[in-house]
Amino acid sequence: MRRVVVTGLGTVNALAHDVPGTFAAFREARCGIEPLTFREAERLTMRIGAEVRDWRPEDRFPAKDLPLLDPVTQFALAAGAEAVAMAGLTGDLGPRGGVILGTAGGGIRTWEDSYRAVHAEGKTRVSPLVVPRLMHNAPASHLSIRHGLTGPVLAVSSACASANHALGLAMQLIRAGAAEVMLAGGSEAMLCFGGVKAWEGLRVLAPDACRPFSRGRKGLVIGDGAGVLVLEAEDHARARGARVLAELAGFGMTADAADIVAPGGDGAVRAMRAALADAGLEPRDIGYINAHGTGTLANDRAESAAILEVFGRQAPPVSSTKAMHGHAIGATGALEAIACVQALIEDRLPPTLGFLGPDPECPLDIIAGRARQVRVQAILSNAFAFGGLNAVLAFRRAE
Amino acid sequence: MTRAEIEAAVIEILARQLLLPVSEIAPDAGIEALGLDSLGKAEAIFALEERFDISVPFNANEPDQPDFDFSTVDRIVRGVEELIARKAG
Repeated sequence: MRRVVVTGLGTVNALAHDVPGTFAAFREARCGIEPLTFREAERLTMRIGAEVRDWRPEDRFPAKDLPLLDPVTQFALAAGAEAVAMAGLTGDLGPRGGVILGTAGGGIRTWEDSYRAVHAEGKTRVSPLVVPRLMHNAPASHLSIRHGLTGPVLAVSSACASANHALGLAMQLIRAGAAEVMLAGGSEAMLCFGGVKAWEGLRVLAPDACRPFSRGRKGLVIGDGAGVLVLEAEDHARARGARVLAELAGFGMTADAADIVAPGGDGAVRAMRAALADAGLEPRDIGYINAHGTGTLANDRAESAAILEVFGRQAPPVSSTKAMHGHAIGATGALEAIACVQALIEDRLPPTLGFLGPDPECPLDIIAGRARQVRVQAILSNAFAFGGLNAVLAFRRAE
Repeated sequence: MTRAEIEAAVIEILARQLLLPVSEIAPDAGIEALGLDSLGKAEAIFALEERFDISVPFNANEPDQPDFDFSTVDRIVRGVEELIARKAG
């Protein structure tokens, strides 16, 4: 079977607008969660989030393109350009290249602005470009146009697991020979009044901080951003002399088929085991788990139980980087994949912030407060979404 | 609004969520025992806020719920009374 490797990374998130800045933030254990600044944030009950700060689209995109680009697409284009440049992809890949991007909400701000115009402001018409701006495949399609990728291009949407599904499916397409190179990851721009107002009703947002696996945790904190990885057939990457950053070695996906929001059953356990088996790894080979770790009561307890069931008492160290970049919903798995690749490159495991002390129901080795210098051979990255959809990736050190 | 009126409204809201006749929900009934799941609870709280024009301080991540006791019908009624009084005050 063809191996699939990572040869490029790109990101825009609350910590930085690029990979070097994000790597530095993960090293330094910086938190990107701050008071929300968008229009009407003062009417919300929960007023913190991991916004992309100082974002100036007019400096990045031609004025003629901007009317077509919701922030969800802007973030994806910026992350994709960085990833392609890092990978050193220059030639025209054409039908041998593709894109799979996850997003949960798509162009939410375009929906909000347009409804506001016709309902609240009494206008009679909205921009003629609303439909191509807000569609879920806009980020993937713009990336394909920008980089001349004419093979498999699509969006996937599985709430908080979208980016993990995108990365896993892209890997499978390369293995199957349907493409040599795939840009894969996710993008999300949910931090606007309507996006947060919708989440408030579920009563799972934290008012103060994101504290995954900690006692005293009060829920999740939403983030914005995008992460794009260049996935490439190993032979293709070696032939062109590309630097291999890591191997995306395994993928497992399952459904709980139980509750529409509550985690439970054996779906998470089966997804982790499937990712291990797909990668040809044993539990003892895994040196770190980048957890889904949302900071809600329900996720962190269910995820802890699932990890202990798969790994037993010898479970590897665990952290949730959401305490730094926020829960970027459909993009979060891509931001976490970037953290995993950095961990393999730099032999440094990223931390969980905001940790006040252990929750007896989450008896794991939590990497709290600061990064841990450890050389590991392989990593699991979990995503467990609303809808009972579980997607787990297994990364291995580059040889 | 009298306590009896609040209690009747709370029971009506819970009954709609639980798909039970109001006569089957006693004032001292426990919410868990009635079988309300987490989404049902979120919907019931939304209905209370809309019905009484209050804001219920409830976070699903704090099981002991120091700010609003959602454990029995009586305690919900008392909590709603307090929130209405605070709004008036």
